[in-house]
Amino acid sequence: MPAREGTYGLLAEFDTPGDLIRAAQQARKDGWRRMDCYTPYPVEEAAEAIGFHRNKVPLVTLIGGLMGLAAMFLLEVWISVLAYPLNIAGRPLYSWPAFIVPAYEWTILWAGLSAAFGMLALNGLPALYHPLFNAPNFRDGATTDKFFLCLEALDPKFELAEAKKYLESFQPLSVVEVDY
Amino acid sequence: MTPSELKHDLERRIDPATGEYRVIAPGQTFRSVTEKIVRIVLTPTTPLGWFALFGVAGAGATMLLVAVTWLFLKGVGIWAITQPVAWGFAIINFVWWIGIGHAGTLISAILLLFKQSWRNSISRFAEAMTIFAVVCAGMFPLIHVGRPWLAYWMLPYPSTMTVWPQFRSPLLWDVFAVSTYATISVVFWYVGMIPDFGTMRDRAQSKYAQYFYGILSVGWRGSVRHWMRYETSALLLSGLATPLVLSVHTVISFDFAVAVLPGWHTTIFPPYFVAGAIYSGFAMVLTLAIPLRKFYHLEGLVTERHIDNMGKVMLATGFIVAYGYGMEVFMAWYSASHWEAFMMWNRMFGPMGWAYWVLILFNLAIPLTTLWSRKLRTSIGYMFFISIVVNTGMWFERFVIIVTSLYRDFLPSSWGTYRATKWDYMTFVGTLGLFTTLFLLFVRFLPMIPMNEIRMLLPQAKITTKATAKAGD
Repeated sequence: MPAREGTYGLLAEFDTPGDLIRAAQQARKDGWRRMDCYTPYPVEEAAEAIGFHRNKVPLVTLIGGLMGLAAMFLLEVWISVLAYPLNIAGRPLYSWPAFIVPAYEWTILWAGLSAAFGMLALNGLPALYHPLFNAPNFRDGATTDKFFLCLEALDPKFELAEAKKYLESFQPLSVVEVDY
Repeated sequence: MTPSELKHDLERRIDPATGEYRVIAPGQTFRSVTEKIVRIVLTPTTPLGWFALFGVAGAGATMLLVAVTWLFLKGVGIWAITQPVAWGFAIINFVWWIGIGHAGTLISAILLLFKQSWRNSISRFAEAMTIFAVVCAGMFPLIHVGRPWLAYWMLPYPSTMTVWPQFRSPLLWDVFAVSTYATISVVFWYVGMIPDFGTMRDRAQSKYAQYFYGILSVGWRGSVRHWMRYETSALLLSGLATPLVLSVHTVISFDFAVAVLPGWHTTIFPPYFVAGAIYSGFAMVLTLAIPLRKFYHLEGLVTERHIDNMGKVMLATGFIVAYGYGMEVFMAWYSASHWEAFMMWNRMFGPMGWAYWVLILFNLAIPLTTLWSRKLRTSIGYMFFISIVVNTGMWFERFVIIVTSLYRDFLPSSWGTYRATKWDYMTFVGTLGLFTTLFLLFVRFLPMIPMNEIRMLLPQAKITTKATAKAGD
């Protein structure tokens, strides 16, 4: 990522999730797109308010699970039929019912790993640095008891003085400018 | 406290809307619950009691190390296993420990899917219990194989011997079931802690703690976009862990059910094992939760409601276990098999019959008659007692299943007996020490109650705007 300079965005702090959602809904209605909410626990209504409705984690999980299923089943068939056939009282080599259990376990293993690491990757994590950590009130509140709305400078509507006035119209606890 | 104060205190803890105990005691804020949980970890002084317990548990873990070292030097001959009882304490303890782990997954995954939000307070340490129980369990088959340094032969890998594993054996299925279970449990546990690590990072004062929790938090900042993917991921992991946990004990029961021995060769085993696992697991959650809430003053977060609900789950799973015992006796008669009937008679009245009656007393007679009473279910002392009783009873269940089917098999000429040696006992007690050591480290260094999930349970999390909140005042 190229090094950026100047303002990352404006961060408004709210006391309750309700106030945050009201502000986010209004901002979305007024045409803001580059914005995000920060909350100490999942607030689904805030995600809806900024227009984030669906995510790709289920798709990643499905693909991972199917890959695990195919990988283990094919491995078992290859080992038991081709690589190391064991003739035990003439029983069939391709005894697929016995192969289901490990294939089932690997479906779950790969799907679970995909769900966890896919979620982190889609979130762009690990990202130990983020400009918002520069805001003086962010770290005390965002992971404990405060609710934040950030209008980002990348939004075409962003103009510092006007955006500040706009955010203040929602009567937040504070509005701070966040630098990169 | 005077009686009237006690009565007032009791009324405060009961939710008038439902008549049940509250999930969270009233009067908490987002900040107060956060501080309460964070302070246990980010404290400059560790309570002396912790050190005392750690000393005892560490001694147990050291004993395990000694027992396992001697085992590696001398071989499994130091244990009591021989013909005909080739599976002794190692397999009993393996099945017992892994069963204990199952309640953690049940609480964190299955109850999440059923939207049982009361589970939020206990889910984190129940998951930790799962992982540490799986650590103890997984060790037993590995040290039981005789040459544990060659245990990796169980994995399918291209070896210079061009030998491959036999995929039609339940013992190999176990390798995949248990390793998947351990991996998914760790991932689920860690993902669940990421937002809380963010909180720890932001609340930590010392530089080292900030780095430590900062790295563990992978830079979590609470964006709602992240939260939504996180919630989807947690839900999917729960949906995956649910069939997984059922499959793990099912596969373990296949180890027995696929064999032709009387008492093992039965189709009731998978559901019977899974129910028994959950039964003993909930007992272990109680064994851990009751001292923890007392010691760390968490009565406001782990309330009588949790104890009561866990008592109900134990009552239900206990009856499934009772059905399993009943069905075993019924099948011994109904199968009209001489061997099955003799096995059951020998199990009840043979030389080791006392063990059968211990399990009937501890798993059925004591808990299933008393857990009906709500008064006893919410009595902390009684529930602690019952949790120990059930854990002991479930250990005896595994002992009875394994030993009584093996020591009197088809031919009287090959009958034997089983007397555990001191190394067997040292290994078993040693895993209790290892488990407690790991658990003590967990409560000292990691947030033992999921803060983000507790915040969702508070009345403040209900969506209101300033205008409506004012109107409501």
